[in-house]
Amino acid sequence: MKHHISALFLGTALALAAGSAFAQDKTVKIGVLTDNSGLYSDLGGAGSTLAAQMAVEDSGLAAKGWKIDVVSADHQNKPDIGTTVARQWIDVEKVDIFVDVLNSGVALAVNNLVKEKNAIMINTGAATSDLTNTQCSPNTIHWVYDTYMLANSTGQALVKAGGDTWYFLTADYAFGHALERDTSAVVVKSGGKVIGTVRHPLNSSDFSSFLLQAQASKAKIIGMANAGGDTTNTIKQASEFGIVAGGQKLAGLLLFINDVHSLGLKVAQGLNFTETFYWDLNDGTRAFSKRFSERMKNKAMPSMVQAGVYSGLIHYFKTIDAMGGNPHDGVKVVAKMKETPTDDPLFGKGTIRPDGRKLHPAYLFEVKKPSESKGPWDYYKLVGTTPADQAFRPLSESACPLVKK
Amino acid sequence: MQALYAQLLVGLINGSFYALLSLGLAVIFGMLNIINFAHGALYMMGAFCAYFLLNIAGIGYWPALIIAPIVVGIFGMILERTMLQWLAGLDHLYGLLLTFGLALIIQGVFQNYFGSSGLPYAIPSELQGGMNLGFMFLPIYRGWVVVFSLIVCFATWYLIEKTRLGANLRAATENPTLVRAFGINVPRMITLTYGLGVGLAALAGVLSAPINQVRPLMGADLIIVVFAVVVIGGMGSIMGSIITGFALGVIEGLTKYFYPEASNTVVFVLMVLVLLLKPTGLTGRAA
Repeated sequence: MKHHISALFLGTALALAAGSAFAQDKTVKIGVLTDNSGLYSDLGGAGSTLAAQMAVEDSGLAAKGWKIDVVSADHQNKPDIGTTVARQWIDVEKVDIFVDVLNSGVALAVNNLVKEKNAIMINTGAATSDLTNTQCSPNTIHWVYDTYMLANSTGQALVKAGGDTWYFLTADYAFGHALERDTSAVVVKSGGKVIGTVRHPLNSSDFSSFLLQAQASKAKIIGMANAGGDTTNTIKQASEFGIVAGGQKLAGLLLFINDVHSLGLKVAQGLNFTETFYWDLNDGTRAFSKRFSERMKNKAMPSMVQAGVYSGLIHYFKTIDAMGGNPHDGVKVVAKMKETPTDDPLFGKGTIRPDGRKLHPAYLFEVKKPSESKGPWDYYKLVGTTPADQAFRPLSESACPLVKK
Repeated sequence: MQALYAQLLVGLINGSFYALLSLGLAVIFGMLNIINFAHGALYMMGAFCAYFLLNIAGIGYWPALIIAPIVVGIFGMILERTMLQWLAGLDHLYGLLLTFGLALIIQGVFQNYFGSSGLPYAIPSELQGGMNLGFMFLPIYRGWVVVFSLIVCFATWYLIEKTRLGANLRAATENPTLVRAFGINVPRMITLTYGLGVGLAALAGVLSAPINQVRPLMGADLIIVVFAVVVIGGMGSIMGSIITGFALGVIEGLTKYFYPEASNTVVFVLMVLVLLLKPTGLTGRAA
């Protein structure tokens, strides 16, 4: 009898142990796919990996028995390298979720792969609005910003201020084309006119030829549909060729705090552009940014891409924690993330739409004059805020198949 | 038509960087037989050196034009003494691989510490502003770059082709044993030549700092084009690399005007054409 009872206990215990192991797979692998060595590496790169690690630490999931790993790789801004790494990560390393993935060309390629393999991408780096429009996917969330929002905010503000003729200086790949297309639409809709475009190869160092063409066009606004090192060199050389002094205005359609830091306020002062995150916005952003900057090698403040990695992952962790485990079905997790309202200290309260677009306010900033800045990284003045529900492409205009009309 | 003139002038300005850099490469290849892939990284070091001089020691642009090439040149000579000299007489490939590795290490170290977006360096106050030429607004600084590069290129050419020192150098590369018999210290001459080539790269770096951001990858972006220039001009030919440098700058400028998308590839298309028609390059001598 005694023997029977102990066998019963043992059997029950074994069944329970097996059952719990089966029901609660609490392992997650995060892949930070980014530009670690090229012209965008300051916006994402090592800072994005740090942001991901901070999100893991702050989530408190380790204490609840979760095992979370962060891996990082350099896609070198090449879609083929990006997809090769992504494929290997999913197939061999069992990566569940991709973050950062800046560069629109890489992002669109990885977007397809993530959908095919039922993984997840929280894209915080790429700009192309196609990620939530024609190319939208049940596995992808576009977190920080996109070309439609940038065009809508900066473009509209500049046309309203009298800049009704535009000439575009466009980076010749998916991102530049999308930004030019979306901004042109806004300019025309607001009553302005696009009088020309010049497309330059990605990662050019000399922009004087392109700037001379823009100057000759006599357009009131020269729209820079490029990013990173391309934008900083454009701005620097535009000031050298006396473009702003000659009465034309430069519109930085996509500028990051790292670009302003690299240019210095003397050259960058007066530029208007849109971001969705600035370290000095409120107590929440300041507290995070201070912790972030202390751990960065060059003491840099976070860019909106890096802030997005943190914010996106915090929401992801909340969701998988609420699901209790088994986070490997991408579509299921993303659907749950869309159901849950977002709330974090960096982007405030927000929501995720059915097309994968994360909504939060967009801020129009102006770069301070050197005399107005109180110290390192004190660069922006807030000029205007577009509320979350107006900042992004309305669902009524969406071509995303996931949106029911 | 006015815009076209402007593009020609801008092309000439870019050409001066190509000329300065390819000149250094040609000197190093002609005298040492080394394909110096570290040239771009050394160019970048020149720009960073100017930045450090200004921000740490408060030394401005003009002294930097002299100090930076000397400092980087000495660094180059150390490289030559400690590593490159062991490759003398070996196949070109070894030198290429070693210098390519060095370039990656140097760039990696700079990127690790300074990030990728670069650091600001202002145009010296004497050269700020510009003048209206009628067909374009020419920044004074860019005009200065063209004039200064032309002078440096000519001086280097003169030094190597027309002076006794240059004659010794050329003789030393042709027949080192014989030249050594005349009591000339050949290894020292080779080290100094490498230092000169590296110094030229660093000088181009200082010149470019006020125009481009001072970035760790600034040399990597440029080096491939400069190699194409050297190949088109004829490996090791001093005058060939100077003329080709300026000419390619102009051709690239014109491409940016007529078909901007191709501006990064036009140089290589030309390289293929030249190599098909004249494998030794435009002014190269058959080996």
